[in-house]
Amino acid sequence: MPADFNWAIGGEAGDGIDSTGKIFAQALSRAGRHVFTSKDFASRIRGGYTAYKVRTSVDQVQSVVDRLDVLIALTPRTIDENLDELHEGSVIVYDGERTSMQNVEIPEGMIGLDVPLKSLAEEAGGAIMRNVVALGAACEVTNFPIENLDSALEKRFGSKGQKLVDNNKEAARAGQNYVADEYDHEFDYDLDTTDNDYVLLNGDEAIGMGAIAAGCRFYAGYPITPATNVMEYLTGRIEQYGGHVIQAEDELSAINIALGAARAGARSMTATSGPGIDLMAETFGLIATSETPLVICDVMRSGPSTGMPTKQEQGDLNMALFGGHGEIPRFVVAPTSVSECFWKTVEAFNLAEKYQTPVYILSDLAMAVTEQTFPPEAFDMDAVEIERGNVVDDDTIDEWQNEKGQFKPHALAEDGISPRAFPGTSGGAHMSTGLEHDELGRRTEDTDMRVQQVDKRNKKVETAQEREDWSPREFGNPDSDQLVITWGSNEGTIVEAMGFLEEEGVDIRLLSVPYLFPRPDLSEEINDADDVVVVECNESGQFADVLEHDALRRVKRVNKYNGVQFKADELAEDIKETLEA
Amino acid sequence: MSSEVRFTDFKSDKQPTWCPGCGDFGTMNGMMKALAETGNDPDNTFVVAGIGCSGKIGTYMHSYALHGVHGRALPVGTGVKLANPNLEVMVAGGDGDGYSIGAGHFVHAVRRNVDMTYVVMDNRIYGLTKGQASPTSREDFQTSTTPEGPKQPPVNPMALALAAGATFIAQSFSSDALRHQEIIQKAIEHDGFGFVNTFSPCVTFNDVDTYDYFRDSLVDLQDTDHDSSDFDAAKDKILDSSKEYMGVIYQEEDSVSYEQQHGVTENMSEIPDGAPDDAMDLVREFY
Ligand SMILES: Cc1ncc(C[n+]2csc(CCOP(=O)(O)OP(=O)(O)O)c2C)c(N)n1
Ligand code: SF4
Ligand SMILES: [Mg+2]
Repeated sequence: MPADFNWAIGGEAGDGIDSTGKIFAQALSRAGRHVFTSKDFASRIRGGYTAYKVRTSVDQVQSVVDRLDVLIALTPRTIDENLDELHEGSVIVYDGERTSMQNVEIPEGMIGLDVPLKSLAEEAGGAIMRNVVALGAACEVTNFPIENLDSALEKRFGSKGQKLVDNNKEAARAGQNYVADEYDHEFDYDLDTTDNDYVLLNGDEAIGMGAIAAGCRFYAGYPITPATNVMEYLTGRIEQYGGHVIQAEDELSAINIALGAARAGARSMTATSGPGIDLMAETFGLIATSETPLVICDVMRSGPSTGMPTKQEQGDLNMALFGGHGEIPRFVVAPTSVSECFWKTVEAFNLAEKYQTPVYILSDLAMAVTEQTFPPEAFDMDAVEIERGNVVDDDTIDEWQNEKGQFKPHALAEDGISPRAFPGTSGGAHMSTGLEHDELGRRTEDTDMRVQQVDKRNKKVETAQEREDWSPREFGNPDSDQLVITWGSNEGTIVEAMGFLEEEGVDIRLLSVPYLFPRPDLSEEINDADDVVVVECNESGQFADVLEHDALRRVKRVNKYNGVQFKADELAEDIKETLEA
Repeated sequence: MSSEVRFTDFKSDKQPTWCPGCGDFGTMNGMMKALAETGNDPDNTFVVAGIGCSGKIGTYMHSYALHGVHGRALPVGTGVKLANPNLEVMVAGGDGDGYSIGAGHFVHAVRRNVDMTYVVMDNRIYGLTKGQASPTSREDFQTSTTPEGPKQPPVNPMALALAAGATFIAQSFSSDALRHQEIIQKAIEHDGFGFVNTFSPCVTFNDVDTYDYFRDSLVDLQDTDHDSSDFDAAKDKILDSSKEYMGVIYQEEDSVSYEQQHGVTENMSEIPDGAPDDAMDLVREFY
């Protein structure tokens, strides 16, 4: 048996697939196993196929692969959808009493376990628990101590009363016993447990948690998949720290409400996805010219237009880099893993306040909905530092007033960084505007002042380039002359793909770039390599384009835009072929 | 300190470039007087201005201020107030800004009932873009883009507000300085969203809705037996298209602001220099 194990539950949207999958993932995590989950889902609430996949190992896992060992199939379509991933010896758990499953055919070489999920659930207290019966069956198949499942059930249902928890535990045991009694098969799977403590969370939750850690106290948003989770995470939690979440009437409003809060001095953010970022683009320029620190998170999904709302894509890079009319200085960071979603959010708030610019966090659907395990120290709150930049108070404001005692919010400072006075500061009353303005923030069309203000805003980018660390993350063989470059959620997949590539004698250097603007200058690395491949989940290769522009050299591209994230084994093949081409 | 504040403290040293005689002068003066009279000072006041001739008010007043994107002044004001409820927030803009491009925000700001004041400087025209029809222009009002008039009824902003659940609806006239100031003051003192539609004639592009017109046609509710706490009476006045009214038309006496409803009380600009003390609990939730 390979070190990793791959499990899935699939059925129709509305079948409780997500929550069941999450319970199993939680059980594995509580058993000290690493987990990496992914979702295959349609955007309809009911109908359509949906699946929750779990990859687990005692070692860290950071990608999906094209292999499925145990599948709980609530519909025949679930089997069809996963035929390519199932293999000889794969176990398929299904309920043969379910009308649609009565004539289901188990593919050659696979083991079908017909378990009366619904009937057993009813005996335990309710048909609604049939998925939990299936989880019990899965425990038996994988030799996985059922107490871990108990613990996950307690977490899931504990707030709803002990009775419900007990019923669910009983349902799980019914499934377990049924398989033990009815099938005397030896299964190949053994899910060992460890004493390690892990936390299990997804990218949206990590962004929300990072925001609170970073002192964000205000969030304005409008629901949209796959960013809604950020808002849902913050709701009910940010209030405990004196903050507030507001649901706006649309994204035009959301970003302006967030901007207002930032003008009042709060660390403030909004999050959205493609269609929402289009609306927000109206305000990008205002944020930059009024020099307002604001964090704008785009959790990308498949576009354009409404596209495939529940599918993966990294198609908004150009929007983040160039969106909005006129020329807008801005920062763009892109977390490369679920834990980095936390840290890049913390960084985004510091960058926003230190340089008084819009900071975009580009996350993507694959990361947003992926539940992944980490040791709690991966989110060491003591390591969170908050830097607020050049903020003046009643005592220091006079350094930034003119001879008439007027505060200069857009003072032409040498490093480009002018002061901020939060409303309420004595002697700080000032205007700020999306119109070109002078140092006092008042409209001007003076040609010299226009140039000075544009240069000042751009100077902040230069200052940041000098003062901050924009290094890429590096993996693989640093001396390899085959260079792979990526951004966003592909990092973990490529790191795992490197294992497959190694087996085939292919040795690469990987640069994973979390800073897209300002970004590291990779021209030397690109020009020194024999082959350069840029991997991203879009059709045109938006990052490849900017890197070619930076390095003045053509690069090769691996792109995927069918709506599904890369898988490690598949990607290894793609990289190998592209390098050889 | 507030007792020493004079209304001229709210005046910036920038000379207004409004056309001589523009109604916006009177509207702004009344706002400044009302702010001073209600004990505010420039350092605790935040003015959010729309885009239009009216929106220039942010530059001519002295306070913390933001002059943003056309139509989005109300959302900005909402964010300012919620992030620091100690501030006095005043939003001002034109009829195009508020009832056309910003109409969606208007409806939602009304129903949200954040404690701020919204003054629409209504000249029934697009002034800044030199005289096109606005949502409050008359049906037969001829402009460069509507040579035969818009041929659609003007919006009734007060009816919109009432339907959206407004807790304070008033109308004032820039040239009736005393009444205008009084009405704005009441809007400021109102605990919730204080909406005032202020007729501010455009002397350059609107020769129909003029000073004379308003002077002749406005009925001051003060001179009637109108009871502003009576919803039905307010509804009748608002839907009465035969007259233009001035004064507080509707005020819900026991209005509860959004901030009170949601327990938003803190000045959110104050945060520690690291993660909150118990932040590791957030991580442990994910066990
Ligand atoms: C998105 C956008 N569209 C159009 C404009 C052009 N524009 C500026 S002000 C304005 C309308 C002004 O009318 P109103 O709000 O009534 O203000 P007034 O000038 O009458 O005070 C328009 C259309 C703009 N600035 N932004
Ligand atoms: S054009 Fe009209 S609204 Fe604009 S400043 Fe002149 S009079 Fe006032
Ligand atoms: Mg107007």
